[in-house]
Formats: sequence, structure tokens, C-alpha cells
Amino acid sequence: MNYEAVLALVRRYVFLYTRSKIRLVELIFWPIVDLMVWGYLTVYLQQQGTGGLPRFITFLIGAMILWDVLFRAQQGVALSFLEDVWTRNVINVFVAPVRTVEYVVATYLVGCLRIALTFSVLSLLALTMYEFSIFSLGIALAPFFANLLLFGWALGMISTALIVRWGPAAESLAWAVPFIIQPFAAVFYPVDVLPPLLQVLARWLPCTHIFEGMRSVLAGHPMPLDNLLWAIGLNASWLAIAGWTFVHMLKVARLRGFLNKFVVA
Amino acid sequence: MSVSSIIVSCAPRTLQKLPNITVMNDPVLEVRSLTKRFGSFIAVDSLNFELYPGEILGLLGVNGAGKTTAMSMVLGLITPDSGSIRAFGMDMPARRTQILRRINFCSAYTALPSNLLVWQNLDVFAGLYGVRNKKQRISELLEMFEITSLKNMLTGHLSSGETARVNFCKALLNQPDVLLMDEPTASLDPDIADKVRRIIRQVQQERGMAVLYTSHNMRDVEAVCDRVIFMHKGRILYQGTPTEVAERNSERSLEQLFIRVARSGDVECIPSVTDKDKKETS
Repeated sequence: MNYEAVLALVRRYVFLYTRSKIRLVELIFWPIVDLMVWGYLTVYLQQQGTGGLPRFITFLIGAMILWDVLFRAQQGVALSFLEDVWTRNVINVFVAPVRTVEYVVATYLVGCLRIALTFSVLSLLALTMYEFSIFSLGIALAPFFANLLLFGWALGMISTALIVRWGPAAESLAWAVPFIIQPFAAVFYPVDVLPPLLQVLARWLPCTHIFEGMRSVLAGHPMPLDNLLWAIGLNASWLAIAGWTFVHMLKVARLRGFLNKFVVA
Repeated sequence: MSVSSIIVSCAPRTLQKLPNITVMNDPVLEVRSLTKRFGSFIAVDSLNFELYPGEILGLLGVNGAGKTTAMSMVLGLITPDSGSIRAFGMDMPARRTQILRRINFCSAYTALPSNLLVWQNLDVFAGLYGVRNKKQRISELLEMFEITSLKNMLTGHLSSGETARVNFCKALLNQPDVLLMDEPTASLDPDIADKVRRIIRQVQQERGMAVLYTSHNMRDVEAVCDRVIFMHKGRILYQGTPTEVAERNSERSLEQLFIRVARSGDVECIPSVTDKDKKETS
């Protein structure tokens, strides 16, 4: 692994975000909007429910913050590649002495930086606006966070692989992929509310087990180890599939000359 | 006649006229029977050529002749169907990273991120190519291309000529042994194009850098290239020095020949002077 190349790629995104205030704002704007909409909705429901929904606000806001971890991790990987597409820089990067693994590791690190920023802002706002501390998840927060990060990276790699294969026209996939799985991922509701067939599908997603685990912890139960183990096992499989998909699509792109599509994107 | 003298007689003329470089007879790039098909379309058909240290080799041809596909295969962007590419004695793509460390590329059709400052872009690529003393190297190049004043400007705010010069700086960051240039002067005014040609010549003569050059501007090619390969429908139509190629085909210039080939549609491959022919002659 050439760490100098990895750092150079990471430095590029740091330059990009520190130079562009709009990009920096974009990182926190939509998460704050979501936090406000979901937060105040749940406050309202709580008032109407005369105490019938005691943990509703914590479930929803916790889910929202953790969903954002997954979403930002996926975006970190996919948007890093798209930045090169938009600036017609893909070819310059692909003809530089950078291995695929170095490129992927750099996008992972960029994802971490993006999440660190968004997560900090959202946690602070949730605490001040709704008196909800994401750290009330206690020690469980670390494995939950790590698993969502891993699954976000896997989805990011799959999104990037599809853009490599189908060219700039497929860039909307960078945003679409996380939302394709969201209804089945039991983010804002328990997996039991899904029809039986969709429950089977949902249990193949690592994040389903994390969100189920999160609700369990917020309800005052101990950290559910079975959920955690399922998430870790599934993440290992998803990362392997994502890695294979990315390498395979890159091979196909080189074989069929698709990379040249990015020259005059 | 000894083998070494045959090889020297076949080597491009620049090698013999450059006093400052060690004359090496091994090609830095060897392309053998390179073929690429896209469905039923044959983009490159059994292409053979060598590039020697200190040589500027032009790949010419009308649109669709196979120049860019050939260059993309050399860079590892496209996988050939058959044939081989060896650079510095190493196989591409098996030793891709080691090879790319010693190569660089610039094209009128690629760009550096427009939302970064000029120095930031060069700093990033210096990191990717493992350049030592990055700051010093960047300053030298900016000075060489007379764009030191643009160092702190946003790349997206530069004119096309300035952008092209920043691209050249990026292409020379790692002091490449082989530089691949795809239509490098396409967006430049004649003055800047001339400056760029002189700098490329200067670097080539000082360091013995080899250049693979594609262009549609035949005057550019005549001014810069030691040897040209004229491609048509993926195959070599003619090769030799620019003057040889034009004269052998009874044309006054490469431009006239280019126009004739472009308008004639199907052209039979006319045998011309190849390295093999030269060896046999000598």
C-alpha cells in the first residue's frame, strides 16, 4: 500500500471542502432539515399521545442520526468518484500510479471525515433541541456506528462500480442506492411491521439488525449480541461482494473501453 | 556489420544528435501485434511500434484511425484483445503501477479539478506520483511554463491556454521517461503552442525523455516529431520521418497527405520504411 498516494487523494478532498463553503454547508444542511422535521413531528405526536409514545422521539431521532452515518459513508465513497467525473479528472487519476485498493481506502477515509462532521453537528443539535443524547446508547454506540460505516462503504463501492460500468449517465445511482434499501432496512419502524416476505429481505441487510438493536438499547434492554453478530457477519459478506463488484466492473470497463467515456463527461 | 551498429543506424535521429544523454538502444516502449476490437469494429489491428529514449514519435490519422485507443492501451485504460505492451522491459498491465510511475500523460480533453487552486492540484498529483521536494518541483515547473503568477488562482478561472500549461506542469511533475500527449496544443494560441513545443523539446533533449504524440495539426507534428506513424483503420499506413513519409507519397507536406487519406476512404496499406526495412537496408 502506497500511503503517500492515499494521503494525496484524501488531501484533495480536504482542499475541496475547505475551499468550498457551499460544499461544507451541504454536508450539514439536509441532515439538520431532517432532524428538525422528524424531531418536531415526534414532539407533536408525543403531545397528542398523552404519554403513550414515551420513547418515540428517542427512537426516531436516534434512527435519523444513525441513518445519516450510513448515508454519509455511502456518499463519501460514491461522491469522491463523482467529483472526479464532474471535473473531467477521472483519466488523470486512473493513469496515475494508484492501485485500486489505494483509491478505495482514500474514499473510505473521506467518508469518515464527512461522517465525523455531520455526526458531531447532529448530536449537538439533538441534545440542545430535544434533550436527546445519542450517547445514551452507551457502549453499544461504537459497534452500531462501525457496522453502519462498513455497510455504507459497501453500498458506496457498489454505487461507484455501477457508475464505472454505465458511465456518467448513471450518477443518480449515487443518491438512489441508499434510498432503495431504506424501506426494508427498518430504520424508523421495527422489522415486524413489514410483510413476511419483506422481513426475509430486510434481515439480509446488516443495517436492519443495527436499527433493531438500537431500539432495543433505547428501550432499556442490554445490547443484543445476536443482532450485532448478524450485522458483522452480513457486513463481511456485503463488503466482499462490493469489492468483487467494483474490481469486476473496472475490469469490464477496461475491456470495453468504458473509461474513455469519462474524458469528455 | 555488427548488431550494435545496425541498432544504432535504426535508432531515431534524435538519439544521434543529442550530446547530453546516454544513448540507449533499448526501446522504452515496445508494442507488438496489438489488437483491439469493439464488437465487429476493429479499432487497432496488429499494431507494432517501438519508442526509443529521446525520441518524439507522432501517431497520426483521421478520426477513428485508432490513435487514442492505442494510447489508451499503453496507459492501461483499455485492455487489448491480443498482443503485448512492454515499457522499460516490464509487461503492461502486469506491472502497471511501476510503469505508470515513469510515465505521464496530458490531453486537451482531460482537466484538473476546476475547484482547486493551481498549487493544490499540482500538490495532489505530486503526491500521487511520489515526487520528492514537491514545493521546489512545482515552483520550477510553474516558472518553466511562465505561470508562477497563477499559483494561487482557482484552476477553473484560468483561460484555456493557462489550463493547458497547468496540465503540462502536472505531466512533467514526476520527470517522466515517457510522456504521452493527446492533442496537447489543441486549445492553444500559436504563441503559447510554440512555447510549449520548445519546452517539450528542451526537456526531451536535457533528459532524454521519449514522447508519444497525437495531433491533427500536421504543422505541429512536422515541427515536433522525429518520426511519425500514420494510422488508418487501426493499421499502420505509413511510417518514417515526417519528410520521408510526405515525399514517399509524392506530397509536399504531411497535411496534404492527411487530406488525401481522409478523402480517399479505403486506402490500401502502402509499405513504407519500417525499422525492419532499415535494418535490412543497412
